[in-house]
Amino acid sequence: MNKKEYLAYTEKRAKRSNTVVNCIKAFLIGGLICAIGQGFLVLYLYIGVAEETAKTLESVTLIFLAGLFTGIGWFDKIAKHAGAGTLVPITGFSNAVTSPAIDAKSEGFVMGVASQMFVIAGPVIVYGTVASIIYGIIYFFIMK
Amino acid sequence: MKNSILHFSSVYLAQTASLVGKKESEGPLASYFDAIEEDPYFGTDTFEKAESEMARRTLNILLGKSGKRPEDIDLLMGGDLLNQCIATSFAVTKTHIPFLGLYGACSTIIEGSIVASAFINGGLVKNAAVMASSHFCSAERQYRFPLEYGSQRTPTAQHTVTGCGAYLFQNEPTPFRVKEAVIGKIVDNGVKDANNMGAAMATAAVDTILRYFNESSLKPQDFDLIATGDLGKEGHEISIELLKRCGYTLGDIYVDCGMLIYDIEKQDMHAGASGCACMATVFGGHIFKRMQNNELKRVLLIATGALLNKKSALQNESIPSIAHLIHICKE
Amino acid sequence: MDLNSFLYSFLVGGILCVIAQIFIDKTKVTPARILVGYVVMGVILTALQVYEPIVKFGKSGATVPLTGFGYLLAKGVEKAVSEQGLLGALTGGLKATSAGITASFAFALLWSLLFKSKEK
Repeated sequence: MNKKEYLAYTEKRAKRSNTVVNCIKAFLIGGLICAIGQGFLVLYLYIGVAEETAKTLESVTLIFLAGLFTGIGWFDKIAKHAGAGTLVPITGFSNAVTSPAIDAKSEGFVMGVASQMFVIAGPVIVYGTVASIIYGIIYFFIMK
Repeated sequence: MKNSILHFSSVYLAQTASLVGKKESEGPLASYFDAIEEDPYFGTDTFEKAESEMARRTLNILLGKSGKRPEDIDLLMGGDLLNQCIATSFAVTKTHIPFLGLYGACSTIIEGSIVASAFINGGLVKNAAVMASSHFCSAERQYRFPLEYGSQRTPTAQHTVTGCGAYLFQNEPTPFRVKEAVIGKIVDNGVKDANNMGAAMATAAVDTILRYFNESSLKPQDFDLIATGDLGKEGHEISIELLKRCGYTLGDIYVDCGMLIYDIEKQDMHAGASGCACMATVFGGHIFKRMQNNELKRVLLIATGALLNKKSALQNESIPSIAHLIHICKE
Repeated sequence: MDLNSFLYSFLVGGILCVIAQIFIDKTKVTPARILVGYVVMGVILTALQVYEPIVKFGKSGATVPLTGFGYLLAKGVEKAVSEQGLLGALTGGLKATSAGITASFAFALLWSLLFKSKEK
């Protein structure tokens, strides 16, 4: 067996995760998180918060809860099953900020906690904002 | 053809010590280990300090069991998975024993055993202690994600053993003689997936096993146990297939320490265990005790190591792997 | 109360998660890349006028996933460019998303004061 054949052999025999089961779990948990978000939105609107503010509060509430769940050690237990179901909603972003922050406490609050917060959030913000700048420039010229 | 096998004339294994964490204490080998610590922090405030504390305690257990003081030990060798082997360096600070730090990833314990045997056989020292540790939390922090990060593991991923094993070798005879060793060669088969280290290391293990049996007068059936370090389920099955293609069928005596330490199904360990402590504790705790009970006489140990680091993985490099072999028999 | 908004949130949110799950399982895309990809896709789909209808239909199911973060960025830029010209391309994105981002970091600091990593 040469290198190429060996790689093909190991690729082939390596069991993949059960995609169907994973997808069902991701669908149910991801959908549920969004529905819970909708619940908060309805609640905030019900108590008379303005629509834009209510939407912002909805995100902030989910970020708060995901961070709390990360801190008490529940988030990764749910994520083990949910996969993309907890990753893709804003909860995944919150977990990606909170988990390295908690983890890096042993390296101090400046170079540990604060710098590690950006490990995954940094790239998300950088590429998100750069994409929005490009869109903004295009939009500017279309508007003209 | 070059001689692969090193022959030792007067090297003996005197004593072993093993200390493991909570997950390992819930596995099938729990009763064999010398000590168990349920606190993942080992009473310290960081996981890195915890690993050092664990290694320090294991060395003390070894000294206690063999009735030696630190000054009785001529040479101490050891290593771990953390950058620059920092866990072991802190662990041995207060012992004042001449120290050689080793890095062989998960093969460290056997790498150390071979170096110790060479020192003893050459008459340079009377005895030497070897230790290797790994801690799931510190390894996870260094190689993978923060502990609370929500991620899914693939079925080929392995779980780092929290534990430490330490062995004492000497030139005075004991029933357990270290007869031979084969120093591994780096084998790079092109596998890049750090979640499939079994596939990366399987060829290294097979290479070392074949080099041994090609030169040795002994056959696989002369052994009571042939144990690889941490190939896991995936690597173990690949190595069986590769050995079969080369004409060797090892059968039931061929086991992998990474598959023994956990109840893979019940504890949801995917492909099994890995880490420096995997072979270090499974031989030191389980296999050595079976030898003492006369259940096993002739044993081959092949410790496998995946020599990757975080940067090499990010740079999309393959995983260079190694496997060292020693032959221990009860006389 | 409009129960349908819950159902549509559930469906749209669930489907967005399933797409990511398929990517994770079938390719070797890391979760971090999925997050980045989803935000950028959100910006692009909003720019192409595709995402707005999804938000109208799916409510929180479209805004809570990270594509919704991209949607906010793009909407913020549109608004800022209309109001202050080209400079808006630089200010609009973060302005619209600042609450979520700031909250993430502030809360993370709080949680790191209160909690410690646990063994898995």
